[in-house]
Amino acid sequence: MTQTGTPLLEARGIAKYFGAITALRDVNFHVNPGEVLGVVGDNGAGKSTLMKILSGLYHPSEGELIFSGQPVRFSSPKEARARGIEMVYQDFALAGNMPIYENIYMGREPGLKLGPITIIDHKRARHMAQDHLDNLHINVKSVEQNTEELSGGQRQAVAIARATAFDAQVVIMDEPTAALAIKEVGKVLDLIKSLKDLGVAVIIISHRMDDIFYCCDRVMALYQGTNFAESLLAETSRNEVIGWIMGTKGHTESLAHDRLH
Amino acid sequence: MLYNPKLAKFLESYGIVLVVIVMMVVIALSRPEVFLTPQNLTNILKQNATLAVVALGMFVVIVTAGIDLSVGSTMALSMVTLALASRMGLPWPIVLLVGPLVGVAVGVVNGIGLTWLKLPHPFIMTLGTLNAVRGIAYLVTDGAPISGLQPQVRYLGQAYYDLGIFAPPAGIPASLIVVAVCALGLWFFLEKTSTGRHIYAIGGNPQAARVSGVNVDRVLVLVYVISGFMAGLGGLLLAGRTDSGFPNAGLMLELDAIAAVIIGGASFFGGRGTVIGVLAGVLIMGLLRNGLNINNVSSFWQMVLIGVVIIFAVWIDVVRRRASVRR
Repeated sequence: MTQTGTPLLEARGIAKYFGAITALRDVNFHVNPGEVLGVVGDNGAGKSTLMKILSGLYHPSEGELIFSGQPVRFSSPKEARARGIEMVYQDFALAGNMPIYENIYMGREPGLKLGPITIIDHKRARHMAQDHLDNLHINVKSVEQNTEELSGGQRQAVAIARATAFDAQVVIMDEPTAALAIKEVGKVLDLIKSLKDLGVAVIIISHRMDDIFYCCDRVMALYQGTNFAESLLAETSRNEVIGWIMGTKGHTESLAHDRLH
Repeated sequence: MLYNPKLAKFLESYGIVLVVIVMMVVIALSRPEVFLTPQNLTNILKQNATLAVVALGMFVVIVTAGIDLSVGSTMALSMVTLALASRMGLPWPIVLLVGPLVGVAVGVVNGIGLTWLKLPHPFIMTLGTLNAVRGIAYLVTDGAPISGLQPQVRYLGQAYYDLGIFAPPAGIPASLIVVAVCALGLWFFLEKTSTGRHIYAIGGNPQAARVSGVNVDRVLVLVYVISGFMAGLGGLLLAGRTDSGFPNAGLMLELDAIAAVIIGGASFFGGRGTVIGVLAGVLIMGLLRNGLNINNVSSFWQMVLIGVVIIFAVWIDVVRRRASVRR
């Protein structure tokens, strides 16, 4: 599944220190176009820190980021977004008091730009939102619905639509199914698969093996702030990945079972 | 009961205007010979112009789930500084600018306290400026009013246009036009511009605004600057109407402004409310006072009634939220 050639986004020798605490050390990472990568690890393994570095929220203390073969430095999430690296948050981060279409284009409203202010073309924004949602096969009653009226799965879909509204190259998702009702998980995972068909690289942080094994091409594990293991999905098993999360390799089914109970 | 979403949406947006119309009919029926005179109607508009302008500024703050307690003090400081400037003989175009500029300055201080000093809630910062700014207003005047303004400075607060129809002193007040321009400008800003929509987004979910690339701190400073500007403009209108700047002007004005915004349907939790609602809220308070006055009800009862109206209005807001938010 993994394509050969230059990775879309790569991190080399990343370290991140918070005072005396080492959150990440010598982490290497890459994701290819159209690939869905699962990132697993226990709490405190450094998944979130790594994702925050990739999305421009943190600067790495050491190491470098390479985007499409070019070294890059992001001083803010805005710069990462300008390169097409988008983040979808666990709590969706939507303004519930505002319509779907305004949430999708927040901060990037279409219209007449006058210095720092844009006079919004609401009609165009509504049409753009409708077209975009149709492309992603997301069904809502109307793009003018406030997001607080939506179910958890629909909100996640709107958050994904916002992330992909402008030529996204890489979409990073933090626990995309953690806040959803079980019956909605499948729809969101299918949506993630459809992003892959559009050539978008997707990075999923998840604790749910079901999610990882349903839609990922490759899985990598962090353990205590460093690379622990990595494999194409087809070449590993649930128990092995669960073992990686706990910091053990060469797992047998019985051992995983013992560890879990 | 039949549920009609279009009717529900209409009532949510314009129900408050119906309340104003019903109030006017009731008061008109109670004292038709007084209420409907052009002079009384002119008075209602003139007396409430200052509150309307200040409440519009307060509204923008409340949309971000903030509060600006300093507007009354800011208005007083604006009034006394513009009166001083007028007495010093500065040219009138400059005196006109003094009031709103003082308001902007207080707004900048509020905004910086909130974002740069990271005070935990705007209540605290603006409670501080409520006291400090009022103190400064007393200091610069020694506590005494300053009267005698240039006629050009008085114009906006005092002039009215009888249009050849109304007998003086009745007509369309210039201050009504100021209110209308402010309301239209604010409506356009809040509904049609990106920054205006970001103000609503911050009130709904600041985190959503932040991750969408909105500079939340910068928008918050702007919001308190708008509130300060409007308080200063309110000061200019009141100074014009009373031909003086007095340092104890606008005592408790912040509470009237908050009341008008809340009665007008804006949510105290932020993110909800309309400009037309704020104007209706101001008119409801003004009509209530006027209606009780012309029926010779004591001003003590007016306070009781306004209190009840505030509680009732917020209760409606609570019920509406409970009905609309999906769990």
